[in-house]
Parts: sequence; C-alpha cells; structure tokens
Amino acid sequence: MLMKRLIVCLDIRGGKVTKGARFVGNVEVGDPVELAARYYREGADELVFYDITASAEKRPIDIEAVRRVAREIFIPYTVGGGIGSVEDMRAALLAGADKVSLNSLAVRNPELLAEGAREFGGQCVILGLDSKRRHGDARFPSGCEVVIHGGRTPTGLDVVEWARRAVELGVGEICLNSIDADGVKEGYDLDITRKVSEAVAVPVIASGGAGNVGHVRDAYVLGRADAALIASMAHLDGDSCRKIKAELREMGVPTRK
Amino acid sequence: MIAILDYRAGNLESVRSALAHVGAEPVVTDDPSVIARADRLVFPGVGSAAHCMRNIRERGFDRVLADALRAGRPTLAICIGQQLLFDRSDEDGGVAALGLLPGRVKRFVPLADDPSCKIPHMGWNRVQYLRPHPLLPSDRDGGDFYFVHSYFASPAWAGDPVEHEPEDETREPGVVYGATEYAGIAFASMVGKGPFFAAQFHPEKSAGDGLGILERFAGWDGSPC
Repeated sequence: MLMKRLIVCLDIRGGKVTKGARFVGNVEVGDPVELAARYYREGADELVFYDITASAEKRPIDIEAVRRVAREIFIPYTVGGGIGSVEDMRAALLAGADKVSLNSLAVRNPELLAEGAREFGGQCVILGLDSKRRHGDARFPSGCEVVIHGGRTPTGLDVVEWARRAVELGVGEICLNSIDADGVKEGYDLDITRKVSEAVAVPVIASGGAGNVGHVRDAYVLGRADAALIASMAHLDGDSCRKIKAELREMGVPTRK
Repeated sequence: MIAILDYRAGNLESVRSALAHVGAEPVVTDDPSVIARADRLVFPGVGSAAHCMRNIRERGFDRVLADALRAGRPTLAICIGQQLLFDRSDEDGGVAALGLLPGRVKRFVPLADDPSCKIPHMGWNRVQYLRPHPLLPSDRDGGDFYFVHSYFASPAWAGDPVEHEPEDETREPGVVYGATEYAGIAFASMVGKGPFFAAQFHPEKSAGDGLGILERFAGWDGSPC
C-alpha cells in the first residue's frame, strides 16, 4: 500500500532557511545544508528547496546551494523558485534535483510546463499553485483564485481550472499552497485541497497551515491529499518527522517508519 | 570502480552521489574503455522505453549488458533499467527490449472504484522480500522504497505471488526477490538472474533501506547466494 508522504519545505531567502506568516515577517531559521541533513536523518520523506525571492528579484535560483543540499540527502528532492526556462530546469536537475516546481512563471507561460514534461518526463515537473480564497465570487467556481509573486498578484484564474489545465499540459504532481492558511498554523485549506485532489489524476501535495499532527492527518483523510508539506512544525516547533509519522500511524494513516 | 551507464536517460547525479556516499567509486560514463575496466555496472534509467532503447542500442549497451550477464559481472538495474531487461514493453505502442529475462512490461490499470489510486505509482511503498539475496538484509522481511513509474515487469515464469505472464518453458527463468502491492495487484519490484539484480524502485532515493542495497552491491561478487 502506498504510504502518505511527509515533505519538509525549506524556504530560502538570502541564503538562509526562513519562515514567516503569509509570506511576510520572515524569521531566519538556519543554514539550508545543515537543516536538510537533519531533516533527512529525522525521517522526512522528501525535501523541497524553494528560493522564495528569485522570481520577484528576476534572478536564477542559487544553483550552488541546490547542489550542496543534494549531496546531503538520499530522498526525493524538489527545487523551485525562479525557474523560467527548460535550461533552468536542466540546471536544477543536473545539480541533483529530482523534480522542479514551477509557479509564477508557469502562469505567464503555461507552455513551459509542456516543454519541461516533454524534455524530462512529467514526473520531474511539479506545478506550484498558490491559492487565495474568493468565496462568493462567481468568477471562481472553486471558491479560490490563483495568485502569484508570493500572493501579491492576482491572476484571474480559478484554482481547479488551472490545476486541470496544468495536468493536461503534462505536470506529474501539484503542490497546492493556501496563502490564507500559510504560516497561521490553523490547518490546511481542506476544501480546496479536496476539490483539486478529486479533479486531477496526479498526486496532490497539501501546503500551508500545518500546526499539529491532526492538521496533517486531515490533509490526507479530509483533503484527499497524497502528501503534506510542513515548514513551521519542523523549523520552529522542533517536531521530528519520525515522531509526526509515528503519531500518524497511530491515527491509522500509513507512513514510512 | 562502478560504471554508471550514461545513455542520456535522466539525471545520473543522484545515483553517483549515493554510491559515493556508501564508499564506492562510481563513474558516470558512456566510454567503452572505462566500462570495460569497471568491476560492476549500474544500468539506470528514467524516460520512455522507446527513447531509452534507441539510445542504448546507439551506444552498444545492449551488447555490454548481454556480455556482463554471461561473464558474471555484478550489475544493478534501476527503474526502467529493470523493465528493459525483459523481452518487450507495452510502452510507446510496443517496444522490443533487451530480452535478458523472459516477460513483458505492462501498464498499471487504475482501479475504477478508488480515485485515490493514481498512475504513476509515485511515493514510498513496501517491498516484501520473497527470498534471501546478498544485496538484501538477512534479518528483515521487507523494506520501504521510493517508486515513480506507470509500467511494471510481468515475468514469464510462475511460482511467485506476483502478477506474471504465461510460463515460457523454452526460456531460462529469472528469480523474483521482492513483491509490492499497488492498483489492486502485487508486482515484481525486485528480480534477479545470476550477477544481475534489478529494482523497480530508486535505491538512491530510498534513504537507509536503499543505501543498504547500494552498499552491499559495492561489495558484491555477483553470486546470487
């Protein structure tokens, strides 16, 4: 039986792992290489390296940092932030990434998702999707709008429609991040997670809002997510992935020991 | 020295890095003289079967692998590397593969009554060890490994609790070492034959259980028992 994945996200700003609420008020958590090695040892199922300011600063991702992290971990490794071309994807993969995550730049140029999937296989290409609640707005049937640039720029796209479109273009996985829930530690946005999970045939990673193990369980059970991303729980609360996954197993969720 | 066969099938850096981590001396190469000197081979692969087979033949790796099997050179096949050891794959409308093991590579069929059963099979899953092998820990009955694939190998020999083709009695069978459950079936997630050991999962991405296989491979003499 396929197990539910617990993924730790390293948000990188100025060469350091940071964490904040709703993408503002970031606090520095530590060195990416040291933290990656620690989370790997502590039983993380996957790791994400996300250069959160690359896209806004219109610069390529810090490829040397990507490479240093890759040498420390022997689990699947996703890299995102500032990836805007097939050449950027190739550079990240050659530096040791297994998957690349495209977000803002894919909204501007959706064909990039198809080019990446053709060149490297859909399993390498993740759509990073930032979702903002627009309940009651008839333009967004799913109740949520796709936003970019860390939530600052609305796109006019409906979240479920954009997820479906990206899968048609060839992405192998969707990481769905709720801007409203991110950093607030009151739980994932289960409603939109479930809508996206049921609308697409590829795995969905729930992201944004995890504050305790119950939230993570809810993402799998109520949100129908295949994987859950955590940041604050690992960085600030010091919960080890092994402990979180043991508690999930006690709640009946299959996880890797 | 371990030669990782480079036929432009995906990124080989993670296989190289994991082998180096367990103390081996890996080299990513398509140079016949380097491959000839290697003590062991790794046959990796990501991508579509037709694309991979074309690149394998262009570089003469089909002969390299057939010779390695005859000569008893320890070889580890990973992911599509495992699939291509068989006779043929249903991928890309049907592709003739290496034919070193009897059997066929088939696509998972999603379960109609379970929308959570997604194709590809992506994530961590259990491998039940069916019989001992020098690359497997002798004190464990299974391990957890990372998979990413839509097709799986269906061997043309009987006797194991996995999905298989009708028995082909004209051919020498291989051995199934591991079984994994997905999409309502059990499939052969580890197979072997003499000095060849093959895994559908990615040992280089499977933390301690995967690194253990790589470490034992780095010291394996190619004898299956």
